[in-house]
Amino acid sequence: MFRDLYYNLFDFVRTFGALQLFFLQLLIHSPTVIWRRFSLVTAQVHNAGALSLVIIIICGFFVGAVLGLQGFSNLSRFNAEDSVGAVTALALVKELGPVITALLFAGRAGTALSSEIGLMRATDQLSAMEMMAVNPVRRVVVPRFLGGVVAMPLLAAIFSMVGLLGSHLVCVSLLGVDVGSFWQQMQLSVEIADINEGIIKSIVFGIVASLIAVWEGYNAIPTAEGVGRATTRTVVITAIVVLIFDFMITAVAI
Amino acid sequence: MDAVSDNLIEIHDLDYSFGSRKIFNGLNLTIKPGKITAIMGPSGTGKTTLLRLITRQIVPDHGVILVDGVDIATLNQTQLYEMRKRFGMLFQNGALLTDLSVFENVAFPLREHTRLTNRLIRHVVLTKLHAVGLRGAADMMPQQLSGGMARRVALARAMVMDPDIVIYDEPFVGLDPISMGVIVRLVRKMNDALGITSIIVSHDVQEISTVADCSYLISKGKVAASGSPDELNKASSDIVRQFMHGMADGPVAFHYDAPDYAEQLLGRDTE
Repeated sequence: MFRDLYYNLFDFVRTFGALQLFFLQLLIHSPTVIWRRFSLVTAQVHNAGALSLVIIIICGFFVGAVLGLQGFSNLSRFNAEDSVGAVTALALVKELGPVITALLFAGRAGTALSSEIGLMRATDQLSAMEMMAVNPVRRVVVPRFLGGVVAMPLLAAIFSMVGLLGSHLVCVSLLGVDVGSFWQQMQLSVEIADINEGIIKSIVFGIVASLIAVWEGYNAIPTAEGVGRATTRTVVITAIVVLIFDFMITAVAI
Repeated sequence: MDAVSDNLIEIHDLDYSFGSRKIFNGLNLTIKPGKITAIMGPSGTGKTTLLRLITRQIVPDHGVILVDGVDIATLNQTQLYEMRKRFGMLFQNGALLTDLSVFENVAFPLREHTRLTNRLIRHVVLTKLHAVGLRGAADMMPQQLSGGMARRVALARAMVMDPDIVIYDEPFVGLDPISMGVIVRLVRKMNDALGITSIIVSHDVQEISTVADCSYLISKGKVAASGSPDELNKASSDIVRQFMHGMADGPVAFHYDAPDYAEQLLGRDTE
């Protein structure tokens, strides 16, 4: 048993070290890719960002609407329903916006990234690039990583914005909360520091989710089963790491 | 080793294992410039592995591989990529980039390594596609191509940078007789006209015999025989005769190592 534990621990440390080196490699190649092959990055921002918009908008709207309903129901017990705008905004901007967007991003864009790169490995496309003296990390991985890193904070901002609209629709249009109070309470309660916290979280989650997706895809076992497993691992590992990082950043911010 | 050697590629004393299985055990082989060299052997002898070793996609456990007198194990990544620009490789499945059209696949090495204008790139790509008979398929996506067409596009891509050495991994598998004949003639024509050195891995004894200048037959991790196709055809060695004439009985067993058939069917092998 101790032997297994030792090997598992050894394997974890080795993989973690390799992941850091891989991340370093991405960072080293990033300036060159941005400078010389910007069109590859914009194409990937479109793939990871624009193509995730529908799921982000629908989920954002309903998360905001539910927050509005719950907030109204609970706050009205203390005759504080006018604060529902502030509560919804703080919850969305600081917490739910970045976290849920990261989880949705892992499910929609992360899986697409890892399966695409994994299949490229399985069908020898990455080897073919190597043979054409083209570094696949620079040509394939870095643009996808950067695309995810850029797209994720934008998606989180859109998620929060649509969420506020959802909350507004439920609270103001359906439940009769005063529109002036809704927005004024929000304006008074939400500070720049809260927004910054949300932005930092969404950037960190964007890096984490994109890194895990491209790492899993690039190191996928080149079989149908291997690619499938890499895709699943992308979602599971991203969810766990995002929630751990969320706790850490919140703890530091408070 | 020998600085004035007239061999383009030399392999000395090569060992390579995959897990616990020894693939090569002291393999020695030379490739002459400007010739078509065939590497043949039964399935599972590591022919594709040998190609990957020559291009340093994998590294040997022991031994030296010299390309133009340079030990490829000593190259750093930049030098390795410079060396690979001299190679064109045709993968078994074509390995076309699935998110690019046929035209863009062939243009890919040019766009990555040169600063040619779009107009010039178009000329070069259409010339190469015309040579493989697929100029009309330039706008198609790889998913729309048959296996044989994909192989021909990959051949155009392998040739687009005018390499010194072209490596073909099983180029005849899955081709209809017309395409196969076209590819064989194309390989010969390009080799002679452009002075390319070609290395072909194949099982197809008949087709290889018509095109190769020199053949190596690999078995059990070593070169079992070498020479021109005619010499191999006339060789008296059991393994060469078995392979060249496709005989079921001989030193190369048809069955992978297994327990006794009857014993296994009776379930006694597990007792």
